[in-house]
Order: sequence, then C-alpha cells, then structure tokens
Amino acid sequence: MAAVPPITDASSPAAPSSPLEALSEADLLAKAHTGDHSAFAQLYSLHKKRIYSLCMRMVGNTAEADDLTQETFLQLHRKISTFRGDSTFSTWLHRLAINVVLMRLRKKGLSVISMDEAMEPNPNGSPGRGFGARDLSLSGSIDRMALEQAVGELPAGYRLVFVLHDIEGYEHHEIASMLDCSVGNSKSQLHKARLTLREALHSHPRQEARP
Amino acid sequence: MTEQANPMTCNEFQAQLPEMIGSGQSLAAHAHLQHCALCRALLADLETIAEAARSIFPIVEPPENVWKRIESAIKKEKGIIEPDVEKE
Repeated sequence: MAAVPPITDASSPAAPSSPLEALSEADLLAKAHTGDHSAFAQLYSLHKKRIYSLCMRMVGNTAEADDLTQETFLQLHRKISTFRGDSTFSTWLHRLAINVVLMRLRKKGLSVISMDEAMEPNPNGSPGRGFGARDLSLSGSIDRMALEQAVGELPAGYRLVFVLHDIEGYEHHEIASMLDCSVGNSKSQLHKARLTLREALHSHPRQEARP
Repeated sequence: MTEQANPMTCNEFQAQLPEMIGSGQSLAAHAHLQHCALCRALLADLETIAEAARSIFPIVEPPENVWKRIESAIKKEKGIIEPDVEKE
C-alpha cells in the first residue's frame, strides 16, 4: 500500500492554536514521545479523520468506530516509542488501527476470514461460480449510496477484504498477512465480495422502479 | 492445445477469475471473453464496482467526545483521577 497521507484539520477543538501547528510531524512525534500532551493532541488532530473513517468503513457502526478510534489512539499513546520510522507514521498508524479493529472483531468471536465462508457456496444464495450466467450489467455506472449500503450488508469477511483492498488500497499479500490467511483466500474473498455487491446493485434499481 | 480446440466454459472461466483478477493480469484478450457476452458483462461490472469503491465512504470527522474520552483514558492510565467522560 502506498503511504497514507494525513488529513490536516486545524479547525479541531483538539488542535491547539500554538506553535505546535508549525512543527513537522517528526518534531511532533519526538515531543509526544517525551510526554508532551499538546503534541499528542496535535497528532490526533492530524490523523483523526483518516483513522475514524477507516474504522467506520471496517465496522460500519458509529459507536464502534468511536470506540475503535479511541482505542487506536490509546494504543498509539502507549506504543509511540516503538515507531522506528521504517514506514511513514501515517502508514504505521493506519496499520495500528487495522490491528485494533481486527483484535476487536476476533475478541467478539468473529472469524475474520473463514475458509468455509471464502471457499464454499454461500447458503444465503450469494453468487457461486455460475453467477455470471445471469444477464446482468451495471452499464458502467453505480449509485454511490447503493454501493455503500451494499458494502454495509456484506458478511464481515467479505467486507474486510473489500474495504482493505478496493477502498484502502492494500495488496493481497498485505491483507493475507494482516488477516492471517493465504493470498488465494484473500483473492477469493474479494471476488465473492464484488459478486455479492453486483447482485445487490442489480436488485437495487429494480426495487426502486416498482410502484 | 488451443482455446478453440477445447473452449473454456463459463464455469471454468469464472473459477479462474479470482486468481486472474487478483494477479492483475489483463483479461481483455482472453479467448473466452471473445465469444462470451455474459462473462464480458460480469468482468465489466466487477471492474466498475472496484473503480466505484474508491469514491465511497468519504473521510468523516469523529465526534468531539472521542478526543475527550482519549484524554480521560490517558489521564487514568497516568493515575490522574478525573470524572469519566460520558459516551454520547
């Protein structure tokens, strides 16, 4: 995955109106590392949108996204000294947030990637290998809201891989490493996610067309 | 063995799709797609979905109380006593 750029926001109430705003991220990290709370607040201000949005995409629930964002920045506070600069700080923090989300999902007993889910036909009738035999075509255009809704309704395993690959831009080998599954499993999971979305998107306009 | 001598069925083609798409290979010239409109439509839709995914779920601001909760939790970890910040 390419380096994740921070999304700056000087309007945040957490962003102090101080010379900190003029500091580089490296300087902020150094200050936060020594326990400078204002510097940590500024780091939060710089990265909060990206992290919160990532959590929202992965879990699709505002209350959980709030909790996961909180947990990510608490982890950051505890682990900030372990950032060695091997990747950009944004990328490192992004991965930290993903790990926090995955740990939460596993704690809740959710198998993040289920081999059964990935490899077996979905009992709910989601697409199998013959799915393409249906005459469906999206004609190159998609209702963004309908797609967001459909992503929200994906099974957790499909959703995670779809969000990480198609939205966040991670490669299959990176996803396989994060989710502790094979690269083939990641590819299969993504493919089935897209097929499920295709099915949902085709049913969406038909429902609207009905009186 | 050529494609024409032993043409791939839709099921066979679609069984290979996850790997072919996932490995990033171009499928436009795939022999099966030259004569199968359904699989062409399927592939076009999957590409459209992947393309559209980049523009969904815009970046959003967390609620203000998230930072208050983080601050409160940090203070607790440091042993500084203060009232709990309520979740909204």
